[in-house]
Amino acid sequence: MPDTLLISTEALQGLLDALIAKGYQPVGPRLERGAIVYETLSAASDLPRGYLDEQGGGHYRLSKADPSSPETAGIFRYAVGPQSWKGFLFPSRQSLWRARRTETGFAFEPETDDAPAYAFLGARPCELAAMRIQDRVFQEGPYVDRGYAERRARAFVVAVNCTRAGGTCFCASMGTGPRAEDGFDLCLTELLDADDHAFLVEIGSASGRALMELVRHRTATPEEIERGRRAITDAAEQMGRRMPPDAAAILASNPEHPRWDQVAQRCLSCANCTLVCPTCFCSRVEDTTSLDGVEAARHRQWDSCFTLDFSYIHGGPVRRETAARYRHWITHKLSTWHAQFGTSGCTGCGRCITWCPVGIDITEEVAAIQATERAEPLGDE
Amino acid sequence: MTQAAPGLAWNPMIADAMLPARYRVDAIRRELTGVFTLALVPVDGGDALTFAPGQYNMLYQFGVGEVPISLSGDPACPRPLVHTIRAVGTVTNALQHLASGHMVGLRGPFGTHWPAEAAQGADLVIMAGGIGLAPLRPLIYQVLANRKRYGAVCIFYGARTPDEILYRDELEQWRSRFDLTVEVTVDRAGPDWLGRVGVVTRLLAAKGFSPPDTIACLCGPEIMMRYAVLALRDQGVGPERIYVSLERNMQCGLGFCGHCQFGASFVCRDGPVFRFDGIAKRFDIREI
Ligand SMILES: Cc1cc2nc3c(=O)[nH]c(=O)nc-3n(C[C@H](O)[C@H](O)[C@H](O)COP(=O)(O)OP(=O)(O)OC[C@H]3O[C@@H](n4cnc5c(N)ncnc54)[C@H](O)[C@@H]3O)c2cc1C
Ligand code: SF4
Ligand code: SF4
Ligand code: FES
Repeated sequence: MPDTLLISTEALQGLLDALIAKGYQPVGPRLERGAIVYETLSAASDLPRGYLDEQGGGHYRLSKADPSSPETAGIFRYAVGPQSWKGFLFPSRQSLWRARRTETGFAFEPETDDAPAYAFLGARPCELAAMRIQDRVFQEGPYVDRGYAERRARAFVVAVNCTRAGGTCFCASMGTGPRAEDGFDLCLTELLDADDHAFLVEIGSASGRALMELVRHRTATPEEIERGRRAITDAAEQMGRRMPPDAAAILASNPEHPRWDQVAQRCLSCANCTLVCPTCFCSRVEDTTSLDGVEAARHRQWDSCFTLDFSYIHGGPVRRETAARYRHWITHKLSTWHAQFGTSGCTGCGRCITWCPVGIDITEEVAAIQATERAEPLGDE
Repeated sequence: MTQAAPGLAWNPMIADAMLPARYRVDAIRRELTGVFTLALVPVDGGDALTFAPGQYNMLYQFGVGEVPISLSGDPACPRPLVHTIRAVGTVTNALQHLASGHMVGLRGPFGTHWPAEAAQGADLVIMAGGIGLAPLRPLIYQVLANRKRYGAVCIFYGARTPDEILYRDELEQWRSRFDLTVEVTVDRAGPDWLGRVGVVTRLLAAKGFSPPDTIACLCGPEIMMRYAVLALRDQGVGPERIYVSLERNMQCGLGFCGHCQFGASFVCRDGPVFRFDGIAKRFDIREI
């Protein structure tokens, strides 16, 4: 089997059938409450068709494509929505264990993870990058989060290259997209014009290859491959934002910059940016007991460094000021993440810009600090 | 692919790192008002837990919650595991009501340790404020057990009032030794206190150590450590010879929950003990 195949739009159903036959639960984009979200797919017809997104700072709108344009048949012509695959690999709320009182004290009962083997259909290049970043957090450090590692190992990834950039995307400047280089089992590129609609399929793994044995396909021609390449280049050229390449050093050198107080006057400290971010990994634990005090449980749920409680220690929170919390967030994403995990914590997906109620823009904040830099770097560290 | 962290009692791929082990209270000792020491023994057997001075455990009180607490006992006798706790809030108040025979959950030991080996041959300044003496006591035990390997050893301790002097009997005992300098001060006292009054950093003037050859280990409120570092540096102790133990909110101890971040460091595993030169700049940044 060659490495790049072509399938028809109808064969997407065959792809889903093959995934289900192999025991995966397919999850992919669906239209819910006016946004693209990731949910279980039962048929290819669940995929939104003919929708285009409009994204900007604090702005998200889906619209139906003009029925006379080829876009009306498009399936993956919108960029990422508010959710990411993080919710499947690192659930927003998870039971860690239970404990039960016994005559001599109590006994722990470990939680068993009953998550299915997911097939992620429609993971964008920036989202593959986000998964690789979270891999470093949860399974490549001194400790391994077993639940994450198991769900990740079981998952099958059907990526989709981006052929149309969203309004807040800046993945090209982060080196994470709009083309997926690796980290997938299969990768689709949508070929869409007035008289043709099909998908290129790149094979990324042995299980991807095995799956394609079950799906009607033919070898892609060099012309088709070139059309796909051009469509991805178009997306790269559409991106209006870019991250300054030395963002890590700029932030490391400017912890006392006046910009922090300025951005804090706009920031509502609402935590939206951290919850939509596909790489933010912070969590808090919650201990509870049953009413009769016989059973106890511990849950872990997503948390955000924007809350006051996040840094609470006896005597009060470490980061009281919004300025300190915003500084921590952006500095973690773009600077200290490198020291912790050997990579940026930002993929350039643009979600934090789109879903910020007041439209604070991570690229603009770095550029503003860069433009008025004055401090000397933290030389001793 | 992955490796157990040094000092880890269990294999993180086999044991769930978030699942505590069961321990039983062997003894509880009331130290001061609101301060108590728990001696814990494992319920389910397994390998003896070893620890290095400065490390901590996550202690779980059934249904209430889990908190980081330093080991305060002798690392040479890790059974029972000893913790000294000040009751300040929900979990620590609940722990205070434990009695001998009760059960708790325990995960650990976690974190970095005091430079007991690196300090050999050097003079040693051990400075604590309040409950901060607890995480330093294992270091004192270890140094005393190998006393000949160290130069001058000074213990400087500050408490708010005479009634809040932790491990008072032991401090007296240590003070009576000829091979230790022990100075205790309080912030305020009534007329029957014959000792020193004033901030603990002033004790550094008492000398008894040679600054260029000194390793200093500090644990206490951050404001105390800030002044202590300034005073030590003024006297000529280099930042690479000063160690501080930091406190941050901790929910996992594993580098997963993110709460303990201090600049690029996870205090839970890159700390709590830091060599000062590595954090000097960020130590001065407000609310970092
Ligand atoms: C590495 C380390 C070692 C420590 N060693 C000791 C020790 O040996 N003896 C001792 O008495 N205390 C020690 N502490 C402080 C102790 O962990 C807190 O006093 C305790 O967490 C307070 O919890 P609480 O539920 O009683 O208080 P609450 O105020 O009700 O706290 C609610 C929650 O906030 C968090 N929190 C509150 N205060 C702190 C704090 N100071 N540090 C971290 N998280 C906090 C915890 O998650 C806690 O569950 C240590 C802290 C750290 C980080
Ligand atoms: S910081 Fe913003 S742009 Fe970067 S990965 Fe997170 S949500 Fe996306
Ligand atoms: S930016 Fe904040 S919420 Fe996100 S990983 Fe960093 S500390 Fe956690
Ligand atoms: S305590 Fe959770 S990351 Fe440090």
